[in-house]
Amino acid sequence: MTKLNVIAEPGSHAIQMSRVFNAPRQLVFRAFTDPSLIPQWWGPQGITTFVDQMEVKQGGIWRYVQRDNDGNEYGFHGVYHEVVAPERLVFTFEFEGMPGHVLLETVTFREQDGKTTLIDSSVFQTIEDRDGMLQSGMEEGAGQSWDRFEALLTSQ
Amino acid sequence: MMTTYEALADPTRRRILDLLRERPHLVGELVEQLKISQPLISKHLRVLREVDLVHVRQDAQRRWYMLNAEPLAEIDAWMEPYRHLWSERYDRLDTLLNTLQQEEKQDDQT
Repeated sequence: MTKLNVIAEPGSHAIQMSRVFNAPRQLVFRAFTDPSLIPQWWGPQGITTFVDQMEVKQGGIWRYVQRDNDGNEYGFHGVYHEVVAPERLVFTFEFEGMPGHVLLETVTFREQDGKTTLIDSSVFQTIEDRDGMLQSGMEEGAGQSWDRFEALLTSQ
Repeated sequence: MMTTYEALADPTRRRILDLLRERPHLVGELVEQLKISQPLISKHLRVLREVDLVHVRQDAQRRWYMLNAEPLAEIDAWMEPYRHLWSERYDRLDTLLNTLQQEEKQDDQT
């Protein structure tokens, strides 16, 4: 299994993530665009995710809802701006618990030797929004690895 | 006072840290390698010392500037929840893709 690479330059509006998947991009693209597949990977463990609306075409709306064990629901939605199968998806993303903080996400699928490199770039409206998302409310232990941090330092 | 994160927001300061990561440097060496004036380098070094990213060792008449990586671990920890969330999500995607590929293979055989 390959590791996730996260680049978040200080003072920038963007976060970029990339990861290699051992599957052709046709299939990876399908996992992002088939409503029956989204619930199987998009939500966190132990939370039910369902697709309320998903019209994968330019101008189409998507809306996913997560329901926790106590019945609380959290909605996420956005609009597709570009759908180029199986290469590229551009869409907005908004968490309904924090309305008005919209980000633009571009997902690129590149295939080489049967493997797919997925690059997910998100651009936030403000640096504060970006930093807030990076910290988003989870308690986690500290990782102290230099080389994971290297991406942050060397990217300019 | 500036935060570690703000101190890192400047590309010149990141270049200084990259150099200090290799070995301790004198101000003159930094001036030469980065092609930036000494007052400017000194200003950046002062900021980096304020946030404890750089330590100084006095050696006779010379001052060696050294990297102190400890505050960087804090930033790494700060980014960790986000990385964790997406690592999990992509792990599940990875599992799903493997399952789908196995199903495809089985469909081909039948």
